[in-house]
Amino acid sequence: MIAPMLAEAWHAMGANRLRAFLTMLGMMIGVAAVIMMMAIGQGAQFMVDQSIASMGSNLFIVLSGSTTAGGVRLGSGATPTLTAADADAIAELPSIRAVAPVSPGSAQLVYGANNWATSVMGTTPSYLDVRDWPVTSGNVFSDSDVRAGSRVVLLGRTVVKNLFVDEDPVGKTIRVKQSPFQVIGVLAAKGQSLDGRDQDDTVLIPVTTAQRKVFGSRFPGTVRFIMAQATSAEAMAVAERDMAQLLRQRHHLPDRADNDFDIRNLTALANAQAETTRVMSLMLGAIASISLLVGGIGIMNIMLVSVTERTREIGIRVAIGARERDIRLQFLLEAIIISVVGCLVGVILGVGAAVAVNLLAKLAVVITGASIVLAFCVAAAVGIFFGFYPANKAARLKPIDALRYQ
Amino acid sequence: MADTTVIRTEHLSKQYETEAGPVPVLKDVNLDIRAGEFVAVMGPSGSGKSTFMNILGCLDLPTSGSYVLDGRDVATLDKNQLAHLRNEVIGFVFQGYNLLPRATLADNVALPMVYAGASREKRAAMARDLLARVGLADYERYAPNQISGGQQQRVAIARALINSPRLILADEPTGNLDSKTSYEIMKLFVALNRQDDITIVLVTHEADIAAYAKRLVKFVDGRVIHDGGVASGMAAEAPA
Repeated sequence: MIAPMLAEAWHAMGANRLRAFLTMLGMMIGVAAVIMMMAIGQGAQFMVDQSIASMGSNLFIVLSGSTTAGGVRLGSGATPTLTAADADAIAELPSIRAVAPVSPGSAQLVYGANNWATSVMGTTPSYLDVRDWPVTSGNVFSDSDVRAGSRVVLLGRTVVKNLFVDEDPVGKTIRVKQSPFQVIGVLAAKGQSLDGRDQDDTVLIPVTTAQRKVFGSRFPGTVRFIMAQATSAEAMAVAERDMAQLLRQRHHLPDRADNDFDIRNLTALANAQAETTRVMSLMLGAIASISLLVGGIGIMNIMLVSVTERTREIGIRVAIGARERDIRLQFLLEAIIISVVGCLVGVILGVGAAVAVNLLAKLAVVITGASIVLAFCVAAAVGIFFGFYPANKAARLKPIDALRYQ
Repeated sequence: MADTTVIRTEHLSKQYETEAGPVPVLKDVNLDIRAGEFVAVMGPSGSGKSTFMNILGCLDLPTSGSYVLDGRDVATLDKNQLAHLRNEVIGFVFQGYNLLPRATLADNVALPMVYAGASREKRAAMARDLLARVGLADYERYAPNQISGGQQQRVAIARALINSPRLILADEPTGNLDSKTSYEIMKLFVALNRQDDITIVLVTHEADIAAYAKRLVKFVDGRVIHDGGVASGMAAEAPA
């Protein structure tokens, strides 16, 4: 029953090719728009998620607090109140998985004829845990390197590229602010951070080496900030409270005094940004689906015209024995063919457009099977939904009225 | 078989509701048509004969009275059962042929079998046989607009025959044709009636066409004013 009807529906559209094509075009544009917008939205989401992943998960950054000196308020980190010992104490908290004190600075690096200015981070091996940052060749410096203040360095990818070009840097000696450092490892590439900085343009050295031998410090033992990672996303709130309590205790702050440190939840910030992107991506999809709706209305419009034009044909079919459901099925099939063929072409167009956007505008796009299947199913459903009313109208025509129609 | 009743109407009435009130179209029509009869229906425009044919064809329902087709009271049937009657018991032939313009002749002839659920092979074979029977062998792939009116009407007759109906309802089948072609079509009806024992009810305006029938029913003003021999019916008309 379906096979001859499909053939007939196909025939019926062949009789008015331009009209069928234009109707399909509405569907094609709708589906292509949805797929392209979803690809772009998901691409943006993917980029943000990747940046967040590169930052590390469930992260806090603890900064030295602001202080007021003679009415002049200095910004966060102005007074070095945090010490490596604070970091060790935080590491003991049950809600904290890993902690790394950081003493950052910048320095000129020299290797042979090449030199490069970059940021130098004095820290401990657990920094790599906190940031979820593996070493691709060589080794991480050890806790004893930290205790001894050894002159060893881990290089970021960008630094390797600028200093070594083709050479294997592990085991080589470079100069950091004139002092020789042995390269003991190379860090994996991390790419851009959320704010667009190149995270690979950095080197890591033991925190003690940084304090004593590279930057020096007016306050020995202090660090600029501490990075701390909570055991889980659920433990974030507890970890924040525990840390604040612990640091107040350690810094002997009276109850009425302000904190002399500042705990920032990096993950919350990142999540807010991820949420923004998700909303944007949803919005794009929603706007694109309006064109799908318009395409559906186009189908309904043409099917209504078609039913009116073919009233007499419907009358003939009824007279020779077509049941209501036969007539309904016939017109529904036409609507479905239009929407399904439109969808298929739309999928191809949409994927093509997404790839073109990726190549021409250098925008990240992510095309998932799920988004294609979703767009396809929604479009097919739109076709059926908007095809049903005209098909039903055709099926309900009174046979004698239909036969008499000129 | 010869005296089995195919059509029986009792006190059949039909009125249309209009804004000016109900307009009666058929009034108390009582008619029995037995298997194998060839009945011509005549009457002036507006006499109700077309409405009568529509009711016989299950395309319209009477306002009151009963219509029993092939032993079944149509008032008790649902839409699908009525569709089934139109499909398998009745074959329609119209004045305007009513072929589907986009379909080939073979597809046109086979269309009722599509609704009966027959397989593609069966449909093709039957369509071929019937086109040959109406003198249009080798025309299977033609489109309706490639052949003459008389040929189109032959295709329509082949379509009416495809589900082996007991009854053919023909509504002015020769109305659009010249006399010579009309006579050929009428010979085809006579052959179907005599050889295949198919009951035929045929509406016409023309006496020479009605003359092919064995029985004449005349309508005037929604009532049957003559039911009997063709010759006597014609004679009765003469003075009027």
